[in-house]
Amino acid sequence: MSDQAIVEKLKAKFSSAVLDVVEHRGETTVTVEKGQIVEVCTFMRDECGYNFLCDLCGVDYLGKQEVRFMVVYNLYNIATKQRFRVKVPVTEEDATVDTVSTVWGTANWMERECWDLMGISFNGHPDQRRILMPADWEGHPLRKDYPVQGPDREPYQGRLS
Amino acid sequence: MGVEQPKTLGSGFVTTSLDKLVNWSRASSMWPLTFGLACCAIEMMATGAARFDLDRMGILFRASPRQADVIIIAGTVTKKMLPVIKTVYEQMPEPRYVIAMGACASSGGIFDTYSTVQGIDEHLPVDVYIPGCPPRPEGLLYGLMKLQEKIRAERNTFGAAIGVGEVVVPDMVSS
Repeated sequence: MSDQAIVEKLKAKFSSAVLDVVEHRGETTVTVEKGQIVEVCTFMRDECGYNFLCDLCGVDYLGKQEVRFMVVYNLYNIATKQRFRVKVPVTEEDATVDTVSTVWGTANWMERECWDLMGISFNGHPDQRRILMPADWEGHPLRKDYPVQGPDREPYQGRLS
Repeated sequence: MGVEQPKTLGSGFVTTSLDKLVNWSRASSMWPLTFGLACCAIEMMATGAARFDLDRMGILFRASPRQADVIIIAGTVTKKMLPVIKTVYEQMPEPRYVIAMGACASSGGIFDTYSTVQGIDEHLPVDVYIPGCPPRPEGLLYGLMKLQEKIRAERNTFGAAIGVGEVVVPDMVSS
């Protein structure tokens, strides 16, 4: 099934949820409403054969876009070696997304990482703990407004020389 | 046979001070902990292997902190790793020495970030700093030899070992 056909199927099934479709250098990215993400992912797995979630990441568009965060799902079809990307916009005020760890088990740790570093929490996640930072860490260091040298140090002012 | 064996070992004794004897034995068998953190550990392994051969100096890596005298902080210390290093250090018997190997262990190096300890000397008493990123095996050897110098210059080591007074540590920087 071509990417074009998948996009058509997605549009037919989730017409109101599909916000944007971008095709660039043979890679297709579909932006969907976050309320529909579990249904979209289940559909991608069961109907389109995307049986593997390669990666799940968070993006912080602080000051660049109105909706601050984006969660990106990189899908892979092991049988046909096709890739597909699904994105979900997430606002700063309500930085939560429904978990897809029920769709792909591997999403469990990826969502933990996304919450740990980006502060986007996942509704219904079975075990939302920190995975990279120490367990008692405060804050989410990959957010753009997190001081890069840590909250307990003076920010870097440039070279003295 | 052409080679003459001496009939005796002279009078059979030498005179020295107890401090020198203790220092000699300590400096001649500095056993570092097998403990690597980053790319410096690769150089540390190379130093221990055949070409540079730390064994010839009596430096044998020990896998247990209970048997180690020296901990070589070989690499970047993250804040998550710090409690582990502290625990391992506290498990080492005294006298114990710390070598900060490379830029990261000495100062945080290029990792001027929230997750990295800006020099292990914020948490452990460092005896020798070795510059480099990573230091070559010659650099590590030189640092270990500097530590041997420092151990040899300690005073009252025997006294401290039997509970009389404290070890007097020389100030190697200004001397």
